[in-house]
Amino acid sequence: MLQMIRERWRQGFRTGKFPKEEPILPPRFRGLPQFAGECPSDCDRACEVLCPFSACKSGDGRLVLDLGRCLFCADCPACPQGRITFGNDYRLAVRQRQDLLYSGGEYPLAQPLEPERLKLFGRSLKLRQVSAGGCNGCEADCNVLGTLVFDLGRFGIQFVASPRHADGLLLTGPVTENMRSAVLATYEAMPAPKIVIAVGACGINGGPFLHSSEVSPGLDPLLPVDLYIPGCPPHPYTILDGLLRLLDRR
Amino acid sequence: MKDLNPKLLKNGEAIALELVEILDFDDFRDCLLEEVRKQGRVAACFAVPAVEASRGLELFALVARDRNACVAVYRTCIGERFPSLTPSCPQMHLFEREIAEQYGVVPEGHPWLKPLRFHTAWRPGVDAWGRPADQHPRSGEMEFYQVEGEGVHEVAVGPVHAGIIEPGHFRFQCYGEKVMHLEISLGYQHRGIEQMLLNGPHPATMAQMETIAGDTTIGHGLAYCQVLEALSGCEVPAKAQSIRALALELERLANHVGDIGALAGDVGFLPTFSYCGRLRGDYLNLTAALCGSRFGRGLVRPGGVGFDLDPVLAGEMLARLKGIEGNTMGAMEIFFDAPSVLSRFEGRGRLSRSVAEDLGLVGVAAKACAVPRDSRFFHPTGVYRHLFDDLITEETGDAMARAKVRSREITVSIELLRRIGTSLPEGPIRAPVGPLKADALAIALVEGWRGEVVHVGLTGGDGRLRRYKIVDPSFHNWSGLAMAMRDEQISDFPLCNKSFNLSYCGFDL
Repeated sequence: MLQMIRERWRQGFRTGKFPKEEPILPPRFRGLPQFAGECPSDCDRACEVLCPFSACKSGDGRLVLDLGRCLFCADCPACPQGRITFGNDYRLAVRQRQDLLYSGGEYPLAQPLEPERLKLFGRSLKLRQVSAGGCNGCEADCNVLGTLVFDLGRFGIQFVASPRHADGLLLTGPVTENMRSAVLATYEAMPAPKIVIAVGACGINGGPFLHSSEVSPGLDPLLPVDLYIPGCPPHPYTILDGLLRLLDRR
Repeated sequence: MKDLNPKLLKNGEAIALELVEILDFDDFRDCLLEEVRKQGRVAACFAVPAVEASRGLELFALVARDRNACVAVYRTCIGERFPSLTPSCPQMHLFEREIAEQYGVVPEGHPWLKPLRFHTAWRPGVDAWGRPADQHPRSGEMEFYQVEGEGVHEVAVGPVHAGIIEPGHFRFQCYGEKVMHLEISLGYQHRGIEQMLLNGPHPATMAQMETIAGDTTIGHGLAYCQVLEALSGCEVPAKAQSIRALALELERLANHVGDIGALAGDVGFLPTFSYCGRLRGDYLNLTAALCGSRFGRGLVRPGGVGFDLDPVLAGEMLARLKGIEGNTMGAMEIFFDAPSVLSRFEGRGRLSRSVAEDLGLVGVAAKACAVPRDSRFFHPTGVYRHLFDDLITEETGDAMARAKVRSREITVSIELLRRIGTSLPEGPIRAPVGPLKADALAIALVEGWRGEVVHVGLTGGDGRLRRYKIVDPSFHNWSGLAMAMRDEQISDFPLCNKSFNLSYCGFDL
């Protein structure tokens, strides 16, 4: 017993100060993309072909990067001129699919839920997580929100075991053929009103498995999505930031 | 019987396909059984359509001879039906089911021939089970083994489980609380990775390799890169080898520490649960300091690594490691000292050494049954050639042994990190990778945190991948969990399951 108390003392208090204080992320962290200068007028639009996940579109001197498809690759092969780099901003969650089409400037961060659902879920949100072909990366980064560093419970958000107890579905993975019916059944089993959150590039648009005949790809064709959290996988703070924005807590 | 005189490969080597003799099926079977009798293990077995279509399918088996640090390659041809080897060699049971599902051929006499991942066959118009070949099979639709009798009942769990876990279906046959039999049906995470690799490598391939199992990003990424390097004759610079090993050990640490915490959580021992949950993140953050991603995305690249590690950063990482190490040891000490913890873990989910060997288990699950399996030790590459000599095994084969293997591996990995971090070589971190050799076969064995990750690449005449085989350690080890549950209480399933902590997506591909 004494040993346990001593250990408790040594391990200290570790819950982060988020959201009062911004998290410190490593210098090599890849967050919100940055674009160096304008696309040259004679650009051959190589990026549209070179990104293996078709995340780039170019036109009118503007490069549009679809963060729903982007994997934030360290060795982004898209722009031969090297215009695409990744900054340190971890806040990436949005409410609409088209908000993920980013071409620099201000990023349309997620707005809170509309008043009716906000009133219901703002102080207590129970989520049912379903992995539908996820690689366990996004799943792990959701799981970690329950640890004492993030302590999701202090915001009134909790992952629950049964869809009957849930206010929302948090989905990861590209929705494989073999999981499609389970995803839809889970959604059906949740009482209305409900919300749907797509976490990670797979859940949004199929991620690295975009072109597989065994995946959907992503949640968009199947269910109405209320919150998109991009990344492969998103940083836990990216997910937490998105959830808090949805509940008007940031 | 034909003499055992196969072509031998070392880990990370390629061989010209024309040097591998095509055996008669009978000779192939005799050789394989003899290899396994001499303690060889089937590291990978797969089929591929023969170049001349009239020859049907070619069947390859790669048998690891651990004590000789090499892999024996066998090759034969099969038609629509072939005699199953599983009755005399249980290690083959899943490989044969996989071949049946992928190519619609039937291993005759297979005692447990059911689908593995529930997808349509890769050859159009055929199905080993006579299902409509033009429709996607329904996941989990197969005949489950059933026990009947008074007081016997069945419990079905999944695919969607309580908690944030990947999907899978478990079917228990119980008598009261006691589990007589557990059947595990997976495939829900199947994304068709091996099939997408045909004619590869493609630009998207590296990202797909890193997400075969996201918690084994480095393990699978490394195995893939080693296959490409072997096939192209690329020599990886010494510094890149060091950084790769560093990342592989960090991945092991994060997951092992997380597992100890989760095990503590499963028996309600909250102090270690809380500490290890946080400490796991600390190890992930060390990986993020190296490459920006907590899971190591973007670090391992063909020919080397994508991020350099200068002495300043290495020093910072080692200093952080020192603090994390103290807390990790403290968190584990109270766990392994608590009588309430020991009484819950000791004797649960026991697996005998002979079952572990018969099923071809690898990694933590095998080591806990006193079966020495570690490709860092038996098939070392890079810095492991001179740095690794600490092969860990436990005797009891129960959940306690699996926890102890992890805790002892944590100590070894921290020591390895320190040795690698303080002796980083100078020089480049990446070498150019040329085109792949035509008609060649290469194998890579990487000791991921769960166990041996096996990748095999086979190129065609155009130097593109004709077949790419991935074997995650979970492929073998799920059968171990099913066996470990026999005669256990069903309420102990979460604990036993966590003590294995296997990958669903790594199995499902």
